[in-house]
Amino acid sequence: MKPAPFDYAAPTSLDEAVELLAANEGESKVLAGGQSLMPLLNMRLARPGLLVDLARIPGLDYVREENGAVVIGAMARQRALERFAPAATLAPLLAASLEHVAHPQNRNQGTVCGSLAHADPAAELPAVALTLDATFRVVGPNGSREVAAKDFFVTYLTTVLESSEILAEVRFPAQAPRTGWAFDEVARRHGDFAMCGVSTTVTLDASGACRDARVVLFGVGATPIAPRAPSRR
Amino acid sequence: MIAKRSISLTVNGVRYEATVEPRLTLVDLLRNELGLTGTHVGCEHGVCGACTVLISGKAVRSCILLAVQADGADITTVEGLSPSGQLHPIQQAFQEQHGLQCGFCTPGFLLSVKELLADHPDPTDEQIKETLGGNICRCTGYQSIFAAVKCAARKLADPAAGALATGVAQVG
Repeated sequence: MKPAPFDYAAPTSLDEAVELLAANEGESKVLAGGQSLMPLLNMRLARPGLLVDLARIPGLDYVREENGAVVIGAMARQRALERFAPAATLAPLLAASLEHVAHPQNRNQGTVCGSLAHADPAAELPAVALTLDATFRVVGPNGSREVAAKDFFVTYLTTVLESSEILAEVRFPAQAPRTGWAFDEVARRHGDFAMCGVSTTVTLDASGACRDARVVLFGVGATPIAPRAPSRR
Repeated sequence: MIAKRSISLTVNGVRYEATVEPRLTLVDLLRNELGLTGTHVGCEHGVCGACTVLISGKAVRSCILLAVQADGADITTVEGLSPSGQLHPIQQAFQEQHGLQCGFCTPGFLLSVKELLADHPDPTDEQIKETLGGNICRCTGYQSIFAAVKCAARKLADPAAGALATGVAQVG
């Protein structure tokens, strides 16, 4: 079980990475942590001609707070987010979901943005992104654009990312005050792919009435599924 | 024809240079090019943990990491845990607590545990389980590995502690 031959490039800027992807349109694949892509290569389920590794681009591995949001760069490891203490206060749902993302040994290498761009229907982070209205910053040959989580996931392993675009950053807004949340999944073993899972929030207004309720299911469809908001009876 | 790449990396304190195909995985570099066969190849898709090594002290799967990605990295394999001929306290603990049977998975476990105990010298049961969950063992049933981690934590906290502090009988 070894990958088919491919060429490899390690650009040192996002612009250069986009140029490489565009010059090898349809043949190239972005490599971040590789925790999803490398198994596919080893099993020869994917046979790209060129891997464009983002790891040598300086300054992409940040996790920081910006105006109350948790902002995560393309090369930030899942483990770095796990260790970013403010996340537990700003977006506790996001923080709590991470322990379900494979195993610590994968999270040391795997990136948050890589998992989102890979868009496995059984993955946790896409569901959390949808629940929390995350925003994706995408860079490509025509510059930068922002995509809302509800518009990002298209179908199995497919997002709105064009083959010469890169997910440069994801922004998880802080959970509103008076928001309760829960995250759970069913897997054969803790850390395995979930057979199904749920990510949910309920936000109350100052009077205690429900202002917003969200349920996002994953592992049960081609993308995370957000059933229509429960209506008031 | 795809050009090979020249890389250099440090493994167990020794600097190596190699010229590799981009598709060569780190574990195949370690085993087949550098002769460090202590790191084992199991599932080859990042699930079983047999190939776990440390990069800058962090446990990662070397079967789903390319050698070119490890260019410039500082790697520890099982061969680097202790000077030759001696067992690291974690290895001693695995031996005393019967934390292995066939031994195929053991190098991966040892390195996962090394990271755990570096981060959490006195780990909770949950922290131990979270770490061990990343490595598969088909012999032991994990209980003795769990006991070995607790034993290793005690040994590392107090190097002078007796080798058999946890009541495993020594025969002979």
